[in-house]
Amino acid sequence: MAMIQGMTTYDPSGGPHSLRGRVFSMSFAGWTLVLLVSLLAGVGVAMLYSVSGGWEPYASRHATRFGFSLLVMLVLGFVPMRVWSSLAYPSYFVALALLVLVELKGATAMGATRWIDIGPVRIQPSEIMKLALVLALARYYHGLSIERVSGFFGILPPLFLVGAPAALIVKQPDLGTAVLVAATGATLIFLSGIQWRWILRGAIAGLAGVVVLFFFGLQDYQRARILTFLNPDTDQLGAGYHILQSKIAIGSGGVWGKGFNEGTQTQLNFLPEKHTDFIFTVIGEEFGFVGSVGVLGLVCAILLVGIYIALSSKAHFGRLAALGVCATFAFYVVINTAMVMGLVPVVGVPLPLVSYGGTAMMAVMAGFGLLLNVHIHREDELPSAGRLL
Amino acid sequence: MMRRHLEHGERARVLTRRAVLMAGAGATAFAGLTVRLWQLQVVQQAEYANLSEDNQFNLRPAPPPRGRVVDRFGAVIADDQEDYQVRVEAWQMKDRDGVLAKLARVIGPKDSEERTTGRVERWKALIARARRFDEVTLETDIDWETFARVNLHRPDLPGVIAETGRTRTYGVAALAGGARRNADAFAHVVGYVSKPHDGIIDEKLAAIRDPQERAQLARIMRHPGYRVGRAGIELTQDNTLQGKWGQLRVEVDAYGRTIREIGLDQATVPGEDVRLTVDAEVQAFAQARLEGESGSAVVIDVETGEVICLVSAPGFDPNRFARGIVQPAYRALINDPRKPLYNKPLAGLYPPGSTFKMITALAALRHGVMDPRERVYCSGKTRLGDRTFHCWKREGHGSIDMRLSIKRSCDSYYYEVAKRVGVDRLAEEALRFGLGSAFGLAAPGGKNGLVPTEAWKRARFDEAWAQGETLIAGIGQGFLLASPLQMAVLTARIATGRAISPRVMFNEQPTPRAEDLGLESQMLAAPEHLAIVRDGMMAVAEEAGGTAYYALGMKGIDLPGVKMAGKTGTSQVFRITEEERADGVRKAGELPWRLRDHGLFIGFAPFDKPKYAVCVVVEHGGGGSTAAAAPARDILREIVRRTPGLVADAGAPARG
Repeated sequence: MAMIQGMTTYDPSGGPHSLRGRVFSMSFAGWTLVLLVSLLAGVGVAMLYSVSGGWEPYASRHATRFGFSLLVMLVLGFVPMRVWSSLAYPSYFVALALLVLVELKGATAMGATRWIDIGPVRIQPSEIMKLALVLALARYYHGLSIERVSGFFGILPPLFLVGAPAALIVKQPDLGTAVLVAATGATLIFLSGIQWRWILRGAIAGLAGVVVLFFFGLQDYQRARILTFLNPDTDQLGAGYHILQSKIAIGSGGVWGKGFNEGTQTQLNFLPEKHTDFIFTVIGEEFGFVGSVGVLGLVCAILLVGIYIALSSKAHFGRLAALGVCATFAFYVVINTAMVMGLVPVVGVPLPLVSYGGTAMMAVMAGFGLLLNVHIHREDELPSAGRLL
Repeated sequence: MMRRHLEHGERARVLTRRAVLMAGAGATAFAGLTVRLWQLQVVQQAEYANLSEDNQFNLRPAPPPRGRVVDRFGAVIADDQEDYQVRVEAWQMKDRDGVLAKLARVIGPKDSEERTTGRVERWKALIARARRFDEVTLETDIDWETFARVNLHRPDLPGVIAETGRTRTYGVAALAGGARRNADAFAHVVGYVSKPHDGIIDEKLAAIRDPQERAQLARIMRHPGYRVGRAGIELTQDNTLQGKWGQLRVEVDAYGRTIREIGLDQATVPGEDVRLTVDAEVQAFAQARLEGESGSAVVIDVETGEVICLVSAPGFDPNRFARGIVQPAYRALINDPRKPLYNKPLAGLYPPGSTFKMITALAALRHGVMDPRERVYCSGKTRLGDRTFHCWKREGHGSIDMRLSIKRSCDSYYYEVAKRVGVDRLAEEALRFGLGSAFGLAAPGGKNGLVPTEAWKRARFDEAWAQGETLIAGIGQGFLLASPLQMAVLTARIATGRAISPRVMFNEQPTPRAEDLGLESQMLAAPEHLAIVRDGMMAVAEEAGGTAYYALGMKGIDLPGVKMAGKTGTSQVFRITEEERADGVRKAGELPWRLRDHGLFIGFAPFDKPKYAVCVVVEHGGGGSTAAAAPARDILREIVRRTPGLVADAGAPARG
């Protein structure tokens, strides 16, 4: 219905609410975002080409998926912001319900239950949850005055909003996504303006929670991965093998890299999961320090544009949502690259837009669609809580 | 409205502040990542580049070609033949059963289900027997088409290697190629190689201190192409033949599949050839001449000590050992009563019998206890105390001098001589002429034999020497033991009077020629004494009445202008009792084979200018004149005939 409303406000005279006006209002920052995102996806296509020694099977499909996702991003950018805000709670609770459904009767692959099959489509509710949580928290804090943020209503409901999905995702088990969801949630709670003493208490409670989780909440393989990370020499051919080979690939790339298609670690299959979670190692090996820092720079540029977009939005919902998207994206990149460089344990977190994978690509691009939406609708002020509900 | 705006502004200000804080945290994180990248890619680059290279390249031991074994004229007796092989690196195979099943279908696409299954089962057994990181040879000597097919399918067969390999092959190679001949004639001289078993590997590794060197050797010895000499020249000359292993650099992927070969990091040094003094043709001739018998034939060049022929009959096919002999075949060889695995010319010890009589005679001449013209009367028996010693000729030889005693091989004469010489002086003479020594020949397995003395008997049995035993020793029986090689050396020393030593390999130190030394001082006996016994030996073969004359068809060596010298001998296996002697000695043919006497014959030729000495022993062949003389003459005749300048007839075929 909101979509129809957006379409019906078409005004051929070119006023600020017409479609033409909106395309125009997607100024420098918006186009820069589209360009940078495309560049990052382009890096992904190139690396996947190198990984498989040609367009098939990854590179061409990655490019096609990106093209489609880019359309989705633009569409999601142009719809009225109300669509996003009004879909915030419904999407969150649908995603939560799906997570419960996964827990009850999901498809199992490689020891983890992460998907539900709906006909031919395979849905991974945790991917939906990442964006839904950002929306739900942004929506929640949008309707909450600054005074109440540190009160009962400012703390408990958000804790539930973050905690419930995080717990369900840990149970799948998917530690990486759970950490990502929890971190994104914590970031939004932090940004909401909650008092520092609560942040301190939360940090202590979180630390205690991590300890409890490690000993009681993790699967054996997850615990083994963390232990291997802490003492990598114990298992050079098992779990430690991946990270060792990854470090060898990155380190041997040197300053300038071995050259496109010339990475021996990549081409001779020493790298595990090189087309998905470990794709950054291919960049490191073939394009060296210069290439790796270049890609990190690209990510930082996207983040800077994202923060600019967030801070220039008039709507609190828009600001929080945009920063939430940025935070998710940043966590993705940092966890993934830190993982392949051996700084954090191996968790299944892809490098957004570069790693091969359809669901993740769609989720990330939907997030950028939201970011674009905040930018296009930066002058819009959403009604306050009462009127929205 | 106003309040809302204020509040709104406050919220935005807090959010902006905190967003900046978050951005700062993010910037720190990205800076941290950059530092980490710097650390990995700039600071530690060399280290990781090395590790990457270790991943990418693999050093494989590269086998050198093993040196050949050739005869004195360069004819190949043993070398490596290339063949096509299929090997696997089992630890590289993630789905072993699947790959093996696929490989079986590639190798035998038309095979029945059972045959394919059987093949896979056999492979699995081979793999199960090997160590974890050993390459396992599954198939050898496959044809080219199968080999090509396996290579074609290699991308689907991780861990499978199809390469040319080498198989040690024995037998004389014809110039035109084709099948190898007479491998069995060289089985004992050349020996054979095999894959090393764990005992050999452990022993060799234990000798090396440096751990890196040891690890490298361990890898080499576990290489499917590694062979170690197990017998004969292959064993004693293993270091020479082996060569030095190289290292082949190959690019491999994560599954260990070879992507390409880069080249040799360390060049292989081919093993050196070993050139034997043996004449392959004569060796083969001698082996054929002793066909069906159990015995030895040794020919020595009397001037140089070069062993021309060293035959142990029957032989065996060393190729079967090189390829891994199967149990039933091995048991058959072990149980053969003719003992094909026993190296008779070097390790077979026999009482020399009458072939020893020249030593008794020479000892008597040296010590002046017997004038060569002095005649001894032989009545057929000699009494000593209460014992009677018989001559082989019951009716006796009558009055006999030294030359005749050799020609007729009269025992009574030598009982008398031995009595005068005494056992210790006899032993001294025997040692001088080469008995009691294994000579340290390159071909292994030589035994010292036994030359008894009074002191030896006391030490061995704690008994005094009995004079009767001296008489027995005088005719080469009793405690005396000598190998066919020693008897051939003894013959060569009689023929030349010089202390030549045998050798089977040209790489060994040559024996100094008489001319290069102080000649006379090197003589083992006075030339006039040697002349007497040589003359007697000539009479044995070439004169009517000689013990070998009739066995040789009254033709002697049967070459124009050449005469030979010889001596028959019999070593008793079955002691003749007084009763049997009373009944009349049974003819050899009536005894079971294993109880018959051994026949011996030693000889040299040409008589006037000695070049070759021979010793033939035919086990259980009866007396020396019947069994051993003819083969010995034939072998001697063959080698003399082949040597240019020895036979008056210029039309003789010449070699070398």
